[in-house]
Amino acid sequence: MSGDGTSERSGRRSEERAQPPAEQARSGAQPTSMSGEEPATVNGDANTTGGNGSGTAKLRSARSIVWARRRAALAGFWRLYRVQGAGMAGLGILVAITLITLLAPLYSDESELRASNAPGGRMESPSTEFWFGTDQVGRSILTMVIWGARVSLQVGLVAALLAVTLGTLIGMAAAHFGGWISWLLMRLTDWFIVLPNLVLAIALVIALGPSKVTIIVAIALTSWASTARVVRAQTMAIEGRPYLERAQALGAGHWHQMTRHVLPNLMPLVLASATLQVSSAILAEASLSFLGLGGPEMSWGTILERAFSAGAISVGAWWYMLPPGLAILLVVLAFTLCGRAMEVVLNPRLRGN
Amino acid sequence: MSGDATNERSGRQSEERAQPPAEQARNGARPENMNDGTAAPMLSARDLAVQFTAPGGRVARAVDGVNLDLRPGEILALAGESGCGKTTLARTLLGLERPTAGTVSYGGSALRYSTKALKRYRRAVQLVLQDPTGALNPRHTVYDAVAEGLRIHRVHDNERDRVADALSRAGLRPPEKFFLTYPHELSGGQRQRVVIAGALVLEPQIIIADEPVASLDASVRGEILALIMRLRDELGLAAIVVTHDLGLAWNIADRIAVMYLGRIVEEGPVDRVLTEPRHPYTRALVSVLPNSPVPEPVVLSGEPPDATEVPGGCRFHPRCQVLASGLAEQAGVADACRRTDLPVLSAETRRPPDTAGDPGQSAAGDTGSRVACHYAHATTASPA
Repeated sequence: MSGDGTSERSGRRSEERAQPPAEQARSGAQPTSMSGEEPATVNGDANTTGGNGSGTAKLRSARSIVWARRRAALAGFWRLYRVQGAGMAGLGILVAITLITLLAPLYSDESELRASNAPGGRMESPSTEFWFGTDQVGRSILTMVIWGARVSLQVGLVAALLAVTLGTLIGMAAAHFGGWISWLLMRLTDWFIVLPNLVLAIALVIALGPSKVTIIVAIALTSWASTARVVRAQTMAIEGRPYLERAQALGAGHWHQMTRHVLPNLMPLVLASATLQVSSAILAEASLSFLGLGGPEMSWGTILERAFSAGAISVGAWWYMLPPGLAILLVVLAFTLCGRAMEVVLNPRLRGN
Repeated sequence: MSGDATNERSGRQSEERAQPPAEQARNGARPENMNDGTAAPMLSARDLAVQFTAPGGRVARAVDGVNLDLRPGEILALAGESGCGKTTLARTLLGLERPTAGTVSYGGSALRYSTKALKRYRRAVQLVLQDPTGALNPRHTVYDAVAEGLRIHRVHDNERDRVADALSRAGLRPPEKFFLTYPHELSGGQRQRVVIAGALVLEPQIIIADEPVASLDASVRGEILALIMRLRDELGLAAIVVTHDLGLAWNIADRIAVMYLGRIVEEGPVDRVLTEPRHPYTRALVSVLPNSPVPEPVVLSGEPPDATEVPGGCRFHPRCQVLASGLAEQAGVADACRRTDLPVLSAETRRPPDTAGDPGQSAAGDTGSRVACHYAHATTASPA
């Protein structure tokens, strides 16, 4: 991490050195200032002060101004993200896995996942035809892992999204409204935090009946609480800032304050937390599936469960267990790397040494 | 007020305002105040009180009986030390704080606290905060910050032109250059101009500025103050400027209200109050200014006031230098100082014709300065 910080910093410096002195004085304060909250620093500068002539010509309408700002913000984010090796590696893995998963129908045949249509023999060890061998009915493990990725990733992403949305809403409401609403929401949050997640998820899945949707709901319901805590704390910090008082004095209602000021400032935190949440949701899905609570669709957890019940360990069929396990490891690692890198970009205190 | 008079007035003011108080008093009268007492107040507070419950169940009387009037085109300074309730008063006037007792009225009708009524009120009365860095959302561009008021009040036509107009009125020219800038790319003075532009964009009647220049350095201060005065002259804005700096009040305000522990202790035309302070607290504040009309600097002893324990009698008496030196005893009011509560200063219902005073004139009661002090009442013939 320290290496990354240094290279990033020197990169910045060289950029700044190229600017004329006056310009530099203006941007000099940026790396230490609030710029972390504001990813579009150096780029924004180039846009507004440097490229003034071309910049003002385009600013005809409110909409073009908004878009120009968003482009600058995105470019700034990417510039800071790009220099982080680990984050880029995670992103590369994710892109590769997404492509492999999405393009699966083009190079493999889903019908081969049906036991009646299995192409190989029972428990074949890896060969050139079946890279990861076959299972107890002769299906290719590689094909199973590739198609299993669809379910695992889907469940992971949707559950994480749900959990973070729920946590953010509850956290913001608890911080904003205060009083008994806050008390009630926070006791609820505490309750969900102290409950053992897996046990609650198992109970939920059993009560609702195993399926993909059930698993998503169970994971989301058991993992929103920590997000709510963090979001509440951050919302309270943001609400103490004078610009909220200014907005209030301008006549802004709750909705405006929340959507225009609090939420945008929460976004970095929420995004990073969502990315990390995906990892734990994928793990939770694998655990539930491994315990036999998965739906009929094949996911990585389901493959592991089948390998276990088919006695892959006693047969010594390592090729049955390892590929789905490694796939889980790889995806969780990739999401964690991306999440950490995003945290570093969006939170200046984590940057450099 | 005719155009000529305005011009003449601002011209004279700019010359005279640079001078320290005592100097000016010697040179003669300050120009007449714009408000001659005929205009009805735009914003007024009656018996306003705001209480907070401090931890432990103690009640802090942050504002404890305030009457205040603001007339069109008038700049009123609200002065006092930290913790005297001036910011709370400003927030209450804005409707950000609900008064425990009393009323705020705007345009003659009492302010209602329904969401709708407040929103309408806030189009007309705008706030400028002390710290422009904190008052601007770091993720919003200057354009967004200024356009925010328009968006809140759903003014969608000509948004861009309105924003550009407000920015150039606030002295950021050419406005297009600042549209995409973020607050951290601006200097402190520019940020405060953005905040002011954000207030101006809604074409308000009144601006309430809470220590508008306290966080700015001296070179920028003058510019921002000049801006506020220019806005008054050009747009007829009325303003309440909260400040702890009497020099600032002198430079900018028409009237001044000095607050101590939740009450206004002295109130009147700024030249009158600052050249002939009557309340011991005001005298102490004025005495430490350069070229002060009070010969000896007065350093207040005692503890800074605590709004949870307002002393009985005159609330200033534990720190009062007049009482401590025995002057109050000689005037025969020492007992009253310690025991008798002072009435809340009434807002002026009628202002005596402002003769712009002969500085030598000693009877201060007749020029519109009003004071809440037993000693001052006893030593001048007519209690104000």
